[in-house]
Amino acid sequence: MPTVSMTVNGKQVSADVEARTLLVEFIREHLDLTGTHVGCDTSQCGACVVHLDGRSVKSCTMLALEADGAEVTTIESLSNGVELHPMQAAFKEHHGLQCGFCTPGVVMSVLDLVSRNPDPSEAEVRDWLEGNLCRCTGYHNIIKSVQAGAAAMGG
Amino acid sequence: MANEGIGAAVRRKEDARFLTGRANYTDDINRPGQLYMVLVRSPEAHAELVRIDTAAAEAADGVVAVFTGADLEADGVGGIPCAWAVDHEDGTPMAEPVHPVLAQGRVRHVGDPVVAVIAETKAQARAAAGLVDVEYQPVPAIADVAGAVESDAPQIWDEAPGNICFKFGIGDAEAVDAAFDGAAHVVTLDLVNNRLIPNAIEPRAAIGEFEPTSGEYTLYTTSQNPHVIRLLMGAFVLHIPEHKLRVIAPDVGGAFGSKIFHYAEEALVTWASGKLALPVKWTAERSESFMSDAHGRDHVTHAELALDDEGMFLALRTKTLANLGAYISTFGPAVPTYMHAVLFAGCYTTPVIRAVVHGVFTNTVPVDAYRGAGRPEATFMLERLVDIAARKLGMSRVEIRRKNFIKDFPYQTPVALEYDSGDYGGTLDVALELGSWNDFETRREEARARGKFRGIGLSTFIEACGAAPSALAGQLGARAGLFEVGQVRVHPTGSVTVFTGSHSHGQGHETAFAQIVCEALGMSVDQVDVVHGDTGRVPFGMGTYGSRSLAVGGSAIQKALEKIIAKGKKIAAHMMEASEGDVEFADGQFTVVGTDKSTTFGEVALTAYVPHDYPEGLEPGLDETAFYDPVNFTYPAGAHIAEVEIDPETGVVELVALSAADDVGRIINPMIVEGQMHGGMAQGVGQALLEACRYDDDGQLLTGSYMNYTMPRATNFPFFATGHNITHCTHNPLGVKGVGEVGAIGVPAAVINAVVDALAHLGVEHVDMPATPEKVWRIIQDATA
Repeated sequence: MPTVSMTVNGKQVSADVEARTLLVEFIREHLDLTGTHVGCDTSQCGACVVHLDGRSVKSCTMLALEADGAEVTTIESLSNGVELHPMQAAFKEHHGLQCGFCTPGVVMSVLDLVSRNPDPSEAEVRDWLEGNLCRCTGYHNIIKSVQAGAAAMGG
Repeated sequence: MANEGIGAAVRRKEDARFLTGRANYTDDINRPGQLYMVLVRSPEAHAELVRIDTAAAEAADGVVAVFTGADLEADGVGGIPCAWAVDHEDGTPMAEPVHPVLAQGRVRHVGDPVVAVIAETKAQARAAAGLVDVEYQPVPAIADVAGAVESDAPQIWDEAPGNICFKFGIGDAEAVDAAFDGAAHVVTLDLVNNRLIPNAIEPRAAIGEFEPTSGEYTLYTTSQNPHVIRLLMGAFVLHIPEHKLRVIAPDVGGAFGSKIFHYAEEALVTWASGKLALPVKWTAERSESFMSDAHGRDHVTHAELALDDEGMFLALRTKTLANLGAYISTFGPAVPTYMHAVLFAGCYTTPVIRAVVHGVFTNTVPVDAYRGAGRPEATFMLERLVDIAARKLGMSRVEIRRKNFIKDFPYQTPVALEYDSGDYGGTLDVALELGSWNDFETRREEARARGKFRGIGLSTFIEACGAAPSALAGQLGARAGLFEVGQVRVHPTGSVTVFTGSHSHGQGHETAFAQIVCEALGMSVDQVDVVHGDTGRVPFGMGTYGSRSLAVGGSAIQKALEKIIAKGKKIAAHMMEASEGDVEFADGQFTVVGTDKSTTFGEVALTAYVPHDYPEGLEPGLDETAFYDPVNFTYPAGAHIAEVEIDPETGVVELVALSAADDVGRIINPMIVEGQMHGGMAQGVGQALLEACRYDDDGQLLTGSYMNYTMPRATNFPFFATGHNITHCTHNPLGVKGVGEVGAIGVPAAVINAVVDALAHLGVEHVDMPATPEKVWRIIQDATA
């Protein structure tokens, strides 16, 4: 089995994996970082979004080996569980989540949006979220949360 | 202390774990030594199983076991039970064929599980599943509900001639026929209520684990009602007594009805863990979800409404074919009957109603409750008919509704239900304001000038939720009680743990239920934790569905709190040397009436656990349980308004505005209520404009992934407008009704009424859902040809 090495949430990790191992499988099953979710098998739902070298990617859509040498960050990197990141706090304040399953992917996705566009309009947020499915919220409070989170981050 | 009681928009206690990736969904759980199960599912819609050869799979790397239906049969594993039987109208029982856990002799829908392959890794199980050789002998299949009742249709079950499961009827046929004979106007409608796939974003998953020394099984599963699964699976399928079976439904990532039902995979992992003495885990891939999660809706209906010259409704007559799929799912028969036909009065005084519903088997995935469950179908039929009647009689769509509204409560409908409270006219007023109904025509003209067809649509609705009085449910065929359980455990230092039989999978019970405790005991939400989803910790429960959690589960907690306060008064009276009758409790203080003597709730709690100086004969401790069985359903109601703009060149329907005014009863947390409304509204829009499950003529599922089943996305919606006009439920201790389903019930009819309004100038009377660009474009082409 080939060896894959990468930095995940600031820590150097290395493991022997089957070549077919997806990045999301590596994150969930080898590293036990279960905040990143799998909601589909066609790269539609976005529950698995993480950052790869600072950009959002669907971790179900690439092999772990493709991330060799990369910097990966997952939802677990944003907070120690007590102090929330401003975007997470905005989701709580504006009720931008219900069942929570799509939430880590949505948060990781919109952080990439805000890094490119610090003050996104409603239409820009809706358009950006084309790749994230939420069945609970009707997106209304997600949009409000993203705009508030962007503002809190200094946008 | 900030007010965190009833009515406060308290931010959710549960959010931190969801936002930080620390939640605990079933697939996040891994048990030591666990094996992985992959299912071989039928690619055929209807076929005889000629031969199953598992030799190659058994010999594959890492494979521990391969099981077929024959293995389960040899071990005495039972079929998957139905929890609600619906008799034929003549009183004879419905056809109830056995639903085997793995197919026996024949497969009846694409996705029907045939073989379970269990291996040391998921990849090994998946690879070995590909080596199982099943020889199928296809026989003719039928997926379409109308086609399934034709005389030459393929027959799916010997015990269900004509593919009929039941022929249900309700209402006085003779009186209805007489009313139609004398009516000034009759309007008719033939409609299809489109089949939907629930699509919670978390796929179903299950882990079975057996402990040989105690003989105890544990099932971790994505369920809305772990006690119900324990009962159904333990008693009927695997014959495991309750004390040896623990069912845990941890964090569940959305459900919308699809995780109510007992599924084959739950029984398989549990049974296999016993056989193999190792934990067995199964997680659905999304493509499996599409062909194994129970689907929703799928009706074909003919409906007629009789009216007098003034536009008063005289009678309603309907006939519905309801697709049940290939097997009877847990609540499959109840959804198109007791959750559908009994709602046909809607908000109106229609004096006589006759509804016939035939439950029909087809070669499709079983159909069961999906958000709204029967009530969206009832509302769509009724509110479309009312719009057609308004146009035929030249009346305003608002006035015909207002004129026929029920105004006096309680109100006994001609279809069994008795509504306890409501104010339909007041709610409609709120909606008209929210939706800017009265100045719509200027927007229509402005759009017309841009070459667009703009329309506005209204729907009112009633729903029955908070199921149910157990005795009534039993008379109607339910095979279980429908009460709920709440336990309030006050700890020695005064903090509280609540154990509830309801299950939260997005609804925010951990916060809203804590608020009920705060209101009663005068504390803050961080002093209250709510435990749910574990038969090993919660005394009992019937779970969460049909918007019942607050009305039934919340009421059970309230009843337990009343017991806590009553016992607390006894202790406080002793502490203050007063008579129990003179002690009052408010804002966390027990007070002797008319004196300045008081003691805190915390002091009373401590005394209950340190009973050195204590009332004689009173048990120590402060921990009370209530089983609450409601005396009636609750009846949320609302008025929804949709505004759309259609591009005649493309047929694209843009949802411009969506407004909902709802009477959901007393509101515990307005933030959560609004979120529930939004979610239901989005699913309503999905049904109206986007979503459709399609099978081809051979029973192949054409919409088997997100590539071809249109899920609503952020770009499909404007911001929603929401409002309330609250009346309290008169018969439960909190005055609450329910909110989980309102959006999904009212919105589809409002959106389609808007689409038809936009096209009415072309002579269009009806558009079936979903109003896709292609369908709308063809309607426009045909109308203008």
